[in-house]
Amino acid sequence: MKIGIPKDGRFGDFGGKYIPETLAPAIEDLENNYLKIRNDLTFKKELNKFLAEYAGRPTPLYLAKNLTKKIGGAKIYLKREDLLHGGAHKINNTLGQALLAKRMGKKRIIAETGAGQHGVATAMACACLDLKAEIYMGYVDTERQKQNVFRMELLGAKVHSVKSGSQTLKDAINEAMRDWITNVNSTYYLLGSAVGPHPYPLMVRDFQSVIGNEIKKQMKKIPDTVIACVGGGSNAIGTFYPLIDSKAEIIGIEAGGKGLNTLHHSAPLAAGTKGVLHGMMTYLMQDAQGQIQETHSISAGLDYPGVGPEHSYLKDKKRVKYKAITDDEVIDAFLILTRTEGIIPALESAHAIAYAMKIAKKMKKTQSIVVTLSGRGDKDIGIVQEYMKKNVKNKRKI
Amino acid sequence: MSRIKEKFSELKSKKEKALVSYIMVGYPSESATLSAIRGLVKGGADIIELGFPFSDPIADGPVIQKASTGSLNNGIKIEKFFKLVKKIRSETNIPLILMTYTNILYKQGYQKFIKTAKNAGIDGLILPDMAIEESKGYLLAAKKQKMDTIFLVSPNTQKNRLLKIAKATSGFLYMVAVFGTTGIQTKIHQYTIDALKSTKRTVKNVPVGVGFGISNEKDVKKYVSVGADAVIVGSANIKIMENTPKSKLEGTVFRFTKKLKHQTK
Repeated sequence: MKIGIPKDGRFGDFGGKYIPETLAPAIEDLENNYLKIRNDLTFKKELNKFLAEYAGRPTPLYLAKNLTKKIGGAKIYLKREDLLHGGAHKINNTLGQALLAKRMGKKRIIAETGAGQHGVATAMACACLDLKAEIYMGYVDTERQKQNVFRMELLGAKVHSVKSGSQTLKDAINEAMRDWITNVNSTYYLLGSAVGPHPYPLMVRDFQSVIGNEIKKQMKKIPDTVIACVGGGSNAIGTFYPLIDSKAEIIGIEAGGKGLNTLHHSAPLAAGTKGVLHGMMTYLMQDAQGQIQETHSISAGLDYPGVGPEHSYLKDKKRVKYKAITDDEVIDAFLILTRTEGIIPALESAHAIAYAMKIAKKMKKTQSIVVTLSGRGDKDIGIVQEYMKKNVKNKRKI
Repeated sequence: MSRIKEKFSELKSKKEKALVSYIMVGYPSESATLSAIRGLVKGGADIIELGFPFSDPIADGPVIQKASTGSLNNGIKIEKFFKLVKKIRSETNIPLILMTYTNILYKQGYQKFIKTAKNAGIDGLILPDMAIEESKGYLLAAKKQKMDTIFLVSPNTQKNRLLKIAKATSGFLYMVAVFGTTGIQTKIHQYTIDALKSTKRTVKNVPVGVGFGISNEKDVKKYVSVGADAVIVGSANIKIMENTPKSKLEGTVFRFTKKLKHQTK
């Protein structure tokens, strides 16, 4: 399966650039500049230096022995993106795009953020590269991720709390796009997930592919199964893409929220339909009228009604399986990993851990699973505490 | 000839420019929509643009965003919307344009949606997030139904692209006046005037209208004087509808529209 650079910005039916005309020259300019630096060795060298010395790459691949023993089946390896500067994989992409923005002569950077991880990673890259950052974040998310708001502010970024619509990631993207339309000449929009109009899905996939490339080097043989969580899908596409031609079974895990049989989830691949949002054609959570539905997930970073177009393509091509994990299962996995390995995962990443635990026991001991641990969970401990107060069942496990 | 084309040729013979008036259907209420439309028609609006709400209107500023949410909360759905359009069509022969976002059409299927719209009395469509590159299926379906497709261009649209977009456009070409979303503007920029003049020089196959941030007689007068074939007023109508009691709505909209229309003669 060869994908490469999508023709006309499309992965099969998916992707494209459904954008207001004001953005067309900016998108074209971005595409031209990106394709130029994509194979530019000087750029690669500069980025790799930042990734190694500033962000902390390569990240370890850790065999979670205690977890493997507890589950009793396939070996579970964790790709430790949680150990990166900022505590998540997001810095892989923000460094790449901020360097590109700098080359393009842009001084003002805007970004959206859900859980705040991309916002923090943007603020860090901008502080480091002397760029001005403004971050859009849904009001609901600013409330549930207060610490990250303050972190961004400490790093010198301005945070705009978005009070339109569902006040989460989707609305933060709307507002960032409106800002971009208004300030198109001076501003670089640093999108954080593998979503949006072409060339963003390609660019984010390329910058995140460092995850999968390292996994390939670090595993002696190709793993039997690779798992990552999918919101917009940036850590997942970065994990999957370099392994797409391999024999590995690849599984993306969406946020099942309170269950796929309820309206409270964020699983467009598992339960959505095709549509157009944020400049791309992809699977969406929408009603029969084409209105985008409000989503739910315990993890702010997965609380998004769309998904990267390349994931939609990989689903239709049946190369990647997409499954959902509920909030309850996430908390269980969060607690088990924390206790058995002393690693506190982000709630987003705990979705992938939960599914690995489910299937590992059905697999042979000689088999292996690699799970991308996309971020650390310090930002989530308040949410977990809250959840446990309300759910006595889980409290007993402590 | 389409109703929109007919309207422009009628205006041309009268040496007038077109006043295009936008409202969001179902906001603040269905009955307010009907009262406002009566006011617009009596006040001399040449074309009416009917907004259909979308949950994520990225090209719209705060006023239309709020109207969009309000309309959805008032229960505006496709079936109800077209029922209202039919009612409007039974009262007036004015050209009606439907403005919404791509996903609303895509979800129903371009063919099906456009056929329903045509049957209800809609003459043209505006989709601010439908880029020319993605428009093949949409254009085919519109052509089949003889539905006008009004594309948007921006002051930063380059000549080659402008020609490509104009070629796919029927009814009129919609030039966005500002770098920004609907409704927000303080003054008329020189770059807009320059862009309008150069767009007019380049585009010969369709009239060129200007919209976004146009809210008063002075704006209308200025754009007409520098060559706009049509002037589109939206957020200003919605603000009036929000601030006027229903009993006075038709009259207030009538007077506002009449003043604006006067500047296009």
